[in-house]
Amino acid sequence: MARAAVKTKMPKTIAPDVLEDMFYHIVLARALDDRMWILNRQGRAPVVYSSNGHEAAQVASAFALDRGRDWVVPYYRDLALVVAMGMTPREIFLHLLARRDDPNSGGRQMPAHWGLKRLNILTSGSVVTTQMLHAAGLALAAKRREEDTVAVAYFGEGSTSQGEFHEAMNIAAVWKLPVIYFNENNGYAISVPQRKQMAVADVAARAEGYGMPGVVVDGNDPVKVYEVMAAAVARARRGEGPTLVEAKTYRFVPHSSDDDDTAYRSREEVAEHKKSDPVITFETTLRELGLLDDAKVADIRARVKAQVDDATRFAEKAPDPDPETLLKHVYYGD
Amino acid sequence: MAVMTYLESVRETLRQEMRRDPRIIIYGEDVGVRGGVFRVTEGLQAEFGEERVMDSPLAEAAIVGTAIGAAINGLRPIPEIQFADFIFPAFNQIVEEAARIRYRSNGDFGVPMVVRAPYGGGIHGALYHSQSVEAFFAHVPGLKVVMPATPYDVKGLLASSIEDEDPVIFLEHKGAYRSIRGEVPDERYLIPLGSADVKRQGTDISIISWGMTVNFSLTAAQKLEQEDGVSAEVLDLRTVRPLDVDAILATTKKTGKVLIVYEDNLTGGFGGEVSAIIAEHALFDLDAPIRRLAGPDVPAMPYAPTLEHAFMVTPDKIHDAALNLARF
Repeated sequence: MARAAVKTKMPKTIAPDVLEDMFYHIVLARALDDRMWILNRQGRAPVVYSSNGHEAAQVASAFALDRGRDWVVPYYRDLALVVAMGMTPREIFLHLLARRDDPNSGGRQMPAHWGLKRLNILTSGSVVTTQMLHAAGLALAAKRREEDTVAVAYFGEGSTSQGEFHEAMNIAAVWKLPVIYFNENNGYAISVPQRKQMAVADVAARAEGYGMPGVVVDGNDPVKVYEVMAAAVARARRGEGPTLVEAKTYRFVPHSSDDDDTAYRSREEVAEHKKSDPVITFETTLRELGLLDDAKVADIRARVKAQVDDATRFAEKAPDPDPETLLKHVYYGD
Repeated sequence: MAVMTYLESVRETLRQEMRRDPRIIIYGEDVGVRGGVFRVTEGLQAEFGEERVMDSPLAEAAIVGTAIGAAINGLRPIPEIQFADFIFPAFNQIVEEAARIRYRSNGDFGVPMVVRAPYGGGIHGALYHSQSVEAFFAHVPGLKVVMPATPYDVKGLLASSIEDEDPVIFLEHKGAYRSIRGEVPDERYLIPLGSADVKRQGTDISIISWGMTVNFSLTAAQKLEQEDGVSAEVLDLRTVRPLDVDAILATTKKTGKVLIVYEDNLTGGFGGEVSAIIAEHALFDLDAPIRRLAGPDVPAMPYAPTLEHAFMVTPDKIHDAALNLARF
């Protein structure tokens, strides 16, 4: 393991049981992800969008929130985020397979278009970056009511080229909104690399132009992500306004099950990044801290597998949406 | 009961609604200190404070996009787009987001906001301060599109729009702001969205319109009565989505001749939809072809007074078209 030589210290900011819980959610998200690809390749799931490689950034950011009270506004890469927020494996696979009881959309949306009021996960569309303004609006309402809740918008680095990125960053800063902009920079917008997307090295550098802090963090390190997010959340709760967090990460799989990433990046490049796979490196860290051992890891993996198997069976047997419901929910009361 | 202008009715309704519902916030470009470029929101920031009546950055997508989030999180935002012509930077937020959030979340989330925008021409506004935009939004399920013609209707329709659980595009005609006056009751009342109103009873011909051209149609109808002995009924749709199909068919069956009047460009305008409904459901009640009188198919309204006048639907043009149809 690449990190085995580093002397790991117990972080003061996160309790041991929380670290273990983060690890559980990271492993669960990866296992759900892996199963989705299998279902896709078997012809049982039409399309898959992955969080594969982003799990540490997503899970750790969620753990820095008051989950269920704060808002998250995800994009299609955020499977691990919604797992960490509390969406169950059954709910996730009902969504994947567009079943009637998919709580995200009742089978109306493509997979990975998350949204669940029960968990304050805002519904998301496919036109990227609109969600950054929605997060600002959620925060505006919270501020107007003098609540100390925050809203977090998630987005890829490709989104930073959209005009609404600029509009959201600006209005959030001008109005000092309790919002956090959490960028998952994996270096590619489908096939377009960062150097063709922007002329700066760090998305976070743009924060200064809007009058807010911008922080770069290693997205594969859950402890660091948690600490950076906790500071941003605390700042927002104090009424000091937004923060732009840039988590540097990497997507280990193609953009979607319909993409072929060998067309735009080498296997060597992917292999190099996999050395920092958070599923492996975080396990190593927790073993070094004495929080995990073989028995505990085996127990976690068994529990995860049972959940994924149960969710697969459950969703595959679940009913499809009734065609009669096509016209429902266009307006309130429909 | 007070007599007031269309503009004053918008302002006083906003004031009355804000007093009774603390969830309402207003924001947009220049709406705060300045009270809006038309003074619609004048005095509201002084009464309700900067927390509820806010100047926003100059960014329409941001104005509507944040209103979506605020509405979902329990407020009743009433964002203002300074001119309807400037609404297109927010088109994505309105059409792709606000309109389909309830549908795509299977009823989990809703967006109760009212996007106010002054529309229409005849005020020397040229291409970018004169447009009628209702057809773009009337096409979109999930939205409601409201276009009042009178101060009385402004009040009842705006109150209903604010109470509505879904996104409403509320289009106020700039020409009506100061030229149209009428009685407005002091007490609060609601006019249901989707209820057209027969503004004038008639027997020979039906003029179906919405927004400012309802007023022009009433002027034309008076002239038809006095000078030509033609009895014209004027049906004001008041909202183009939802649409009062029953009222359209009722007036069609009553007179057998229909002139549809709107200020937007003719082709693809909302009058085509009204015409199709009549053709589908009341063809054999017609005594003449359905006619449309609308703006010409040029990209937008020019500035020079001669050109602007040539574009505008006017009472005289309505009179002539109606008389022609009445004599068919």
